[in-house]
Amino acid sequence: MEFYIITLVKAALIAFVLLTAAAYLVWLERKVLAHIQLRLGPSRVGPHGLLQPLADAVKLLTKEDLIPRDAHKPFYLLAPLLAVSLSLISICVIPFGPEVEIFGYRTYLQLTDLSIGVLVVLAVSSLSVYGVALAGWASNSKYSLLGGLRSSAQMVSYELPLAITVAAPLLLANTLSFRELVDAQAGYYFGIIPRWNIFQFPMPQIFGFIIFLIAAFAETNRVPFDLPEAENELVAGFHTEYSSMKFAAFFTAEYINIMTICCVATLLFLGGWQPLFPAQYGSDFVPVLVNLGAAAVALYHGLNPARPKDRLTLPVVAAVFAGIALLFLVPFLKPILVPLFWFATKTGFLVFVFIWVRGTLPRFRYDQLMKFAWTFLFPVALLNLLATSFLVAVTSK
Amino acid sequence: MDAILFLIFATIAVLCAINLVVQKHPISSALSLIGVMASLAVLYLLLGGEFLAAVQLIVYAGAIMVLFVFVIMLLNAGAERRSNRSLMATLFGVPLLAAFLALVAYVIQRGLPPTEGVYFGGFTQGTPRAIGRVLFTQYLLPFEVTSVLILIAIIGAVVLARKEI
Repeated sequence: MEFYIITLVKAALIAFVLLTAAAYLVWLERKVLAHIQLRLGPSRVGPHGLLQPLADAVKLLTKEDLIPRDAHKPFYLLAPLLAVSLSLISICVIPFGPEVEIFGYRTYLQLTDLSIGVLVVLAVSSLSVYGVALAGWASNSKYSLLGGLRSSAQMVSYELPLAITVAAPLLLANTLSFRELVDAQAGYYFGIIPRWNIFQFPMPQIFGFIIFLIAAFAETNRVPFDLPEAENELVAGFHTEYSSMKFAAFFTAEYINIMTICCVATLLFLGGWQPLFPAQYGSDFVPVLVNLGAAAVALYHGLNPARPKDRLTLPVVAAVFAGIALLFLVPFLKPILVPLFWFATKTGFLVFVFIWVRGTLPRFRYDQLMKFAWTFLFPVALLNLLATSFLVAVTSK
Repeated sequence: MDAILFLIFATIAVLCAINLVVQKHPISSALSLIGVMASLAVLYLLLGGEFLAAVQLIVYAGAIMVLFVFVIMLLNAGAERRSNRSLMATLFGVPLLAAFLALVAYVIQRGLPPTEGVYFGGFTQGTPRAIGRVLFTQYLLPFEVTSVLILIAIIGAVVLARKEI
């Protein structure tokens, strides 16, 4: 009984955090892109546009829900449902931190610890092609069909290098469970270099990490591989004919997929919640310093305001950051929050890279995309796996 | 609990399999087949074959069926037209099918040794480690032969496709 209650609470918490984060990821993306292009981005709804996600949600909910006359209705309705539910499944096996004790209950900061967690993520990501392909086909429109076809071909092609690079860290850790993978990356070489898989002896997975990131861009249909929704050729690709909440379902699924794949990259290559340097050099105080620094910057700009209303908003932001910094000092919360901080920082950085790349790189041509996957990425991933397995075989025992 | 889950997913598998044959549109049939594969994966999981379940999803539902759906979408295949059934099929179809099923059931009932029921957690050889070990020791030759066979098939497909250009 206790197990069910704890799992229910954890599921509700993870779903809430995930959906909120997805909504604010849209805000963050619009802000970062705007600043890359020397614009301001959303700024009307709430201070700094912070309430924009709420406004977007209300807008999408109240829009007219159109179904094209000649669409294949059951599949047309099934596709967004499939996309969003599959994107929510794989977060179940992602661990966010070590085993912790809350109110006397010892529990993992994870919904469920499967012994085949990595395979589950791969299986779900290979199934998520159907949402896109079905949407493209069932809309009965040429733009959607072409978008769906491109997307399924692209996702199948890039799944191969993705799966092969995932195999290399698994070889190093000798397990398929995410939790054991992170535990295998604990500790430091020479007391300072973390044993994350990108630095791991005998075969640092730095190339594997880069290949994984490139394939992840293609798997999530992001720039520079966003051919399925190339606006200037295909209007909006596979979701051209979708409106209102059904469009929102695809949109949410895309952003949740980005976060999931960044979590997986963090767990596989960046050591999960293991800190950057050992605790004896004070890595536990990094979150406090970071948050206090953010508070100081906000306070400085609040006292020297660029706009009149900053005098009111920025000191509040500073107080929030200072409060978070104090939370990291509470001895009861510290063992829970510090690993979460490291995990969130690494994942957040990778998510930022996704947005950064979108603001920087132009789109590939479709034949370049396919050629790149099959003639470059796949052989390199294979070489990486061969070298890793050879070195692991030589050095083990 | 296991029995209930088994019944649910076995029913889904059978219903999807029937739907696969009954449906007129190729996409509906393909999706039903995916339903069959997914419920089979759950059944493997119930038997303790966790690795097999994941691989079933990745390989069959995630790779092979994607290609099926892809080809159906690419050819833009419409709903199939029904031909008039032949006299032979209407006359002998159902009785022969019943006879065949009865024969299969009889053989299975006689041939198989009596076993006690399978329960969840009873089988522990389904881990990736155990399967890998067996695959590379006991079944090494069949494994390698299969991989060579698949390689031949790939090269054959490439050669056949080259001729068209």
